[in-house]
Formats: sequence, structure tokens, C-alpha cells
Amino acid sequence: MTSPLIIAAAAEHAHRLVPLTSGEIFPLLFILVLAGFLGYEVIGRVSPTLHTPLMAATNAISGISLVGSLVAAGGPYSQTSHILGMVAVTAASINVVGGFLITDRMLRMFKRKDRRAKP
Amino acid sequence: MNLELSRVFAETSYLAAAILFVLGLKGLSHPESARRGMFQAEIGMLLAVVGTLLYFEIVTWTWILIGVGVGSTIGTLMAVFMPMTAMPQRIALSHAFGALAAVLVGIYKYIEYPAADLGRLRITALGFEVMFGALTVTGSLMAFGKLQELIKGAPMTFRGQNYFNIGLFCATIGLYLYFIYDPTAQWAFYTFMGLGFAVGVLLVMPIGGADMPVVISLLNSYAGLAAAATGLAIDNKVLIIAGSLDGTSGFFLSILMSRAMNRSFANVLFGAVGAAPPAGAKVVETRTATRYTPEDMKFVLENAQSVIIVPGYGMAVAQAQHVLHEIANHLIDLDIKVRYAIHPVAGRMPGHMNVLLAEANVPYDLLFERDAINDDFSQTDVVVVVGANDVVNPAARHKKSSPLYGMPILDVDKAHTVIFLKRSMGAGFAGEENELFYDKKTMMVLGDAKKTLTEVAGMLKKRTGLVH
Repeated sequence: MTSPLIIAAAAEHAHRLVPLTSGEIFPLLFILVLAGFLGYEVIGRVSPTLHTPLMAATNAISGISLVGSLVAAGGPYSQTSHILGMVAVTAASINVVGGFLITDRMLRMFKRKDRRAKP
Repeated sequence: MNLELSRVFAETSYLAAAILFVLGLKGLSHPESARRGMFQAEIGMLLAVVGTLLYFEIVTWTWILIGVGVGSTIGTLMAVFMPMTAMPQRIALSHAFGALAAVLVGIYKYIEYPAADLGRLRITALGFEVMFGALTVTGSLMAFGKLQELIKGAPMTFRGQNYFNIGLFCATIGLYLYFIYDPTAQWAFYTFMGLGFAVGVLLVMPIGGADMPVVISLLNSYAGLAAAATGLAIDNKVLIIAGSLDGTSGFFLSILMSRAMNRSFANVLFGAVGAAPPAGAKVVETRTATRYTPEDMKFVLENAQSVIIVPGYGMAVAQAQHVLHEIANHLIDLDIKVRYAIHPVAGRMPGHMNVLLAEANVPYDLLFERDAINDDFSQTDVVVVVGANDVVNPAARHKKSSPLYGMPILDVDKAHTVIFLKRSMGAGFAGEENELFYDKKTMMVLGDAKKTLTEVAGMLKKRTGLVH
């Protein structure tokens, strides 16, 4: 039994592409726009004292472009693509690994007032 | 693994990652929950990477392992060894890396697939990704260079610069549109990519140091948009979501920063503030400011009941945050109320002062935003301004001709006494004289802020006898 889903999945697995139809692009645009609104709401509530860690964190999160880079570096493609992919993987890993580490390093420093209890 | 199963697993991991990313950012609403939130986001990232590697056919691991190995090593070294004061540079650099990844993924997609297979919609996203990515790469590298002082921090301008930039920008957009019309035109693709790189350089070149908070936030937003476009180009929903979150976060911060300066984006990008010497700069100053010594400063501080400290970029340059905190602790021991007032655009990026003070162990509940503390200045005995100028310049309230006019400032002039720690009597970045320097209530303590504060701390230490 071969359902359309499996055929589509197989096509993608083989790294073949079919042009997007407008019926397919619109759900993606919905995701884009709604995530933007969600982001605006969530970011608006971020404590202003944490705005620098916020920048580091969103940077690390958008390092998720790593997933695209991994496919370019290891997929069934030309040497050129592998090298482009490798550089992209390097750049994205710097952001992911470095971004999360430095965010944590900063967040560890933020402490509440406690120790100065008067004798 | 069965193909459909691995697809279900990959999509599930992406969904989980998207949820965990949002939860992670939500955690940042409070310092208490922030670290836990980031841990959730890290789990999300790990899931997405594993899901991808299981689902897509990987024929060679060599390049992946090299990239991940080199990238993780560089990232770790930077995270561990980079001093906190270098944080603005590090953030600028990471925007460049993020955008570079987007550009390279775009190029790979374009060379591997015939334009007909990509289809016009994907081509549109792909072109956008490459164009915005290119602009962000060089723009961020310029910002990095300026912050690291590899290139001149002052605005660089030339005659007709704005017209030249607009022309170049239109040419880039024009080629991009042509590329959408004819996706087989490789020359158009590579040309607008090259122009994108040039636009990034030219866009940031005329922007000076004090406008960096806006520029860094805008570049953050662009890097996010480029990532979201990558998601559209390679049909990856979690990339669309993460890019969109990053993009709106940067956009939100840029709005916040430009509001805090009462300037529009256009004004920041094309205004080149601080470029021209201020009109009538060489007017002979007839007023005299009174210079005081660290001893005077110590005397005034220890006789106060309430003190507010206003840090600025000068504190970061002088690395004075640690000794400042030491003084604050001595004052607290003398039962003096000490707080910090943080202006949103103090420093070189959003939250710059907060991070530096956190590094010096200043508890975050002593830090107050402008709106939370501005009414309290009138009941405050002493305000200590460390290396800030424009954000406390009263000209912003009343002098219509000033470039600062309309900018919401910290009302330090309403306090009983104002102590300015500055290197010189010079004007701030905006080139506007600060009349407050010549006010009777003002004490100017000129010199290196760290040196001055160390002397004051030494004297206070003798008085309290405590070690901090």
C-alpha cells in the first residue's frame, strides 16, 4: 500500500523537490506570521534587565538553521554543496553551542539581594 | 528506520522544539525562571537536530562532523573566555554567523536544484534569504569592527552618501525582482548577493557608537528574518518559527531603543548623528564648572541618606562596575539607601549595563528602569553619574534645537546634588553641551572613573572597616 503521504515523504527523503503550490505556501506563511505575533507578546514580557541574554538566546535559537546546514553538508550533493554546508554548519554551531553557553553564563550572574542581612 | 516513522519522528521533534523554544523565551520574563527556560530551549534544539539527522538521507558524515566540531569548539571558547565587557561585539558577531549560515544554505539550494523544481514561491523566499542574509553578514561585521575598535567608531560619511546608498539598495531590489521573474538568471542571483554584502557595509558605516543599541537590534531582526526565509525556502517549519521569534525579538528591541532615544529608524540609519561638528562648537565657554576631589565625593556620599547611581558607557570603558559595587556596599553598611537607575540606551546594546552590573554581583532588584525611578530623583540626596552624559542632559527637555530634544532622560538634575565622574568636560556623543556641568548643585570629578572610585572606596573602607 502506498499512500500519497508515503510517496511525498519518499520524494523528500530522496531530496527531490516539487514546486510549492500556493496551497502549500500559505500554511507556511500562516506559521510565519502567527509565530511573529506570538514572539512579540512573549518578548514584550521579557524583563528589561535580561535584554542582553535575550539577544544571545534568540541568536542561539535561530541557530536552528543548523538543521538546513546539516542536510547540505551530508546529503547526496556535490562537493561544493558539502563545503558550503560545512561552513554553514560551523557558523550555526558557533551560534547554537556558544549562544546557549554564554546565555547561561550571563544568567548565572543575575542574583537577587540576599546576603546583606544586617548583623 | 521505516521512512514514514522517521518522518513522524522528525516532525514531532520539530513541533516539540517549537514549543520548547517559546517556553524558553517565556522563562526570560524573570531572572528566577530564566535558566530553566534556556534549558528547555536547549532540549528543543537537541531534539530538532536528532530528528533531522534520522529523517534525511545522510551520505557522508565527514563534513558534518568537521563543521560541528570546529563550530562547537569556537563557540565554547568564545563563551567561556570572552570578557563580559566584550558582549556587544560578541552579539554582533553572532548575527553575522547566523546570517552567513542562511546565505550558504540559500546558495546550496540554488545550485543543487533546477529553478523549475524550486518553483517561483520558493525562489522568492530563497532570494530574500540570500539578499537579507548578505546584508546582515557585512552589516554585523562592520558593527563588530566598530565595537571592537578595529575600525573607526565615529560615523563615516561622504558627500551624497544617502543618495548613493538608496541607489545601490534600489539596484539590489531590482535585481532581486528580476531574479524572481527569471530564476534561471544566475548572474542576477550572484550580483544581488554581492550588492547585498556592499549594502551591509555602507548601511552601518555612517552609524556612530551611541546608536549601536538600535543597529544591533535591527541586525538581530534581519538575521531572524533571513532564518525565517530559509525555513520557507527549505520547507522547514521549526526554522520558520525560530526565525520569526528571533526577527520579532530584534524588531521589538529596536523599537524600544529608538523610542528611548526619541528617534525613528530612518533617522538612526540615515541621520549620521555626531558626524558633523555641532554648530557653533567653538563658542568660548564663559561659565565655570567646579572641580572636586575624591575626598569631597566621599564626604558628600557618606552624609547622604539616599543615593542613586547612573551608569553609562564610560563605566564599561573604565571597567568601573566592580569598584562601584564596592562603594555601594559600603554605603549600604552606613544605612544609606542605594539604587541604580538604568537608561534603556545606556551602553552599546539593550541591557548592556544590567549585564555588567550583574557581573559585579549587583543584585538585580537594586536596578531600576527609567520609568520606575524617574520620579524619585527629586527626593534623592546624591546622584552619581558614572560615564554617562546624553541620557541625563536636561537640554533634551527644553532646548528645541538640540539633537537630543525630546529624548526621555533620567531627571538627575532634580536631585539635591549630582556628582559627575567623567574623563573630561567634553560634550556627549550627540555633541550637545551639558548645562548641568555648570550647575551649582553639580560636582565634577574629572579623571579615570575607576581610579577615582577606587580612591573613594579606599576612604570609605577606612570608615566602615568592612571588606567587600
